[in-house]
Amino acid sequence: MTMPVSITVNGTETSHEVEPRLLLVHYLRDVIGLTGTNVGCDTSQCGSCTVLIDGLAVKSCTVLAVQGDGSDITTIEGLAKNGELHPIQQAFWDNHGLQCGFCTPGMIITATEILKKNKKATEQDVRHGLEGNICRCTGYENIVKSIVAAQSVAPAKKAGKAKKGTA
Amino acid sequence: MKVLRPHSVDDALELYERHPDAVPLAGGTDFMVAWNGGSENGRLILDLSALASWRRIRDTPSMLRLGALVTHWQLQQETLVKKKFPLLVDACATIGGRQIQSRGTLGGNIANASPAGDTFAPLAVYDARVRLRSAAGRRKLPFMDVFAGVKKTHLRPGELIELVELDFPKKPARQFFRKVGTRSASAISKTVAAGLLWLRRDGTVRELRFALGSMAPTVRRLYSVESFLLGKKPTPRVVKEAVALLEADVDPIDDLRSTRFYRMEVSRNLLRAFLRSGS
Ligand SMILES: Cc1cc2nc3c(=O)[nH]c(=O)nc-3n(C[C@H](O)[C@H](O)[C@H](O)COP(=O)(O)OP(=O)(O)OC[C@H]3O[C@@H](n4cnc5c(N)ncnc54)[C@H](O)[C@@H]3O)c2cc1C
Ligand code: FES
Ligand code: FES
Repeated sequence: MTMPVSITVNGTETSHEVEPRLLLVHYLRDVIGLTGTNVGCDTSQCGSCTVLIDGLAVKSCTVLAVQGDGSDITTIEGLAKNGELHPIQQAFWDNHGLQCGFCTPGMIITATEILKKNKKATEQDVRHGLEGNICRCTGYENIVKSIVAAQSVAPAKKAGKAKKGTA
Repeated sequence: MKVLRPHSVDDALELYERHPDAVPLAGGTDFMVAWNGGSENGRLILDLSALASWRRIRDTPSMLRLGALVTHWQLQQETLVKKKFPLLVDACATIGGRQIQSRGTLGGNIANASPAGDTFAPLAVYDARVRLRSAAGRRKLPFMDVFAGVKKTHLRPGELIELVELDFPKKPARQFFRKVGTRSASAISKTVAAGLLWLRRDGTVRELRFALGSMAPTVRRLYSVESFLLGKKPTPRVVKEAVALLEADVDPIDDLRSTRFYRMEVSRNLLRAFLRSGS
């Protein structure tokens, strides 16, 4: 027996009939086709499936899609605006914050929440905030560096936007 | 899998009465890991996550009422919790990573009854009460009476945890929370300690409450140590005698995370550190 769910994903309302056993991460990947959110473990360990549910970072591999009914979700696909990378995405690019890239969507989504709650996050704050995210490639150095650096990308980006407006 | 998703408490209780074999589901940070592993295939799920009224933190002049669905993240945000029950806040901040804290609930932590539940030592020293509710009515259990053993509680069929009550304590002279473990986001703690101490003006102990988690099948209050210290000054000699009594109150195990020897040693150090912290 299926159940109806309505979930706002990256600002767009989605409604589907789903199997109750469907995990939220599979709703995002297979039902609505947003494959940026990865599954690394499905036991809540690795954090690669992290999305924002109503603004809070959550591991979507251990949430049922039906539990997400009525919520507002942001995935990695929802961060770039008007073809411009989000400051954290840009900082990962600039600082070589990824190697294979598998953990990256979860890292970046978690980072958005860390930086939203802490306007002056230190390296230590970032490391603490990433406790629930595992990377098998980078040794974390450049991930942490990227996130700390993203805090100074933000104003630069605003300046960029202003320029566009006047042109 | 079939999922029942009631939107009112009355509906939830009625459904649970009709289907006592259903598994309540809150944040799912414990249950969904097991379910993904295949051990809970085919279970009927009673999803509580739409019961908005159980997500609230409310206060009366004498106590705080924490709804069963209040998350570890929520507990760290609330001013009154931070001010009056800092040990609980400290514990919540060590649970999993931030993703687990924003999903995992207080009720789920208690009902799961893991020997390593990190909120237990603080709830034990705050003398929490757990309010239970079923279609038949309400009842209250002192926190220490909730657990029946590893992963076992005294909840009856059809009964849910509705909320946790915490009386506002008098300001303690000393308070203490420590979690000893490895990587907190994935590891289960080896030992958790929480302590509250009130002193008389002459420096003698008016009241001591000390609890250890992960040291026995369920959380333990150190009742022998607590009553031994009543009315005494915690001098180095007295502290030494108190620490020697610890074995009477806990019975740790050897398991894959740690040994009995290690756990005893750490617990003695934690108790000593707390009792000596003011001197
Ligand atoms: C990566 C990871 C790290 C973790 N780290 C820690 C840690 O450091 N410390 C720690 O203590 N825990 C830890 N946990 C365990 C878990 O996050 C907590 O126990 C959490 O509080 C469980 O709450 P929940 O709402 O997610 O429970 P759920 O998984 O929804 O439920 C757990 C159990 O409680 C029952 N239940 C839930 N709510 C109720 C209710 N209101 N009434 C009756 N029964 C109910 C369910 O039927 C189920 O059996 C970790 C888990 C993961 C995946
Ligand atoms: S896939 Fe969800 S935490 Fe690893
Ligand atoms: S870049 Fe490969 S897992 Fe992190």
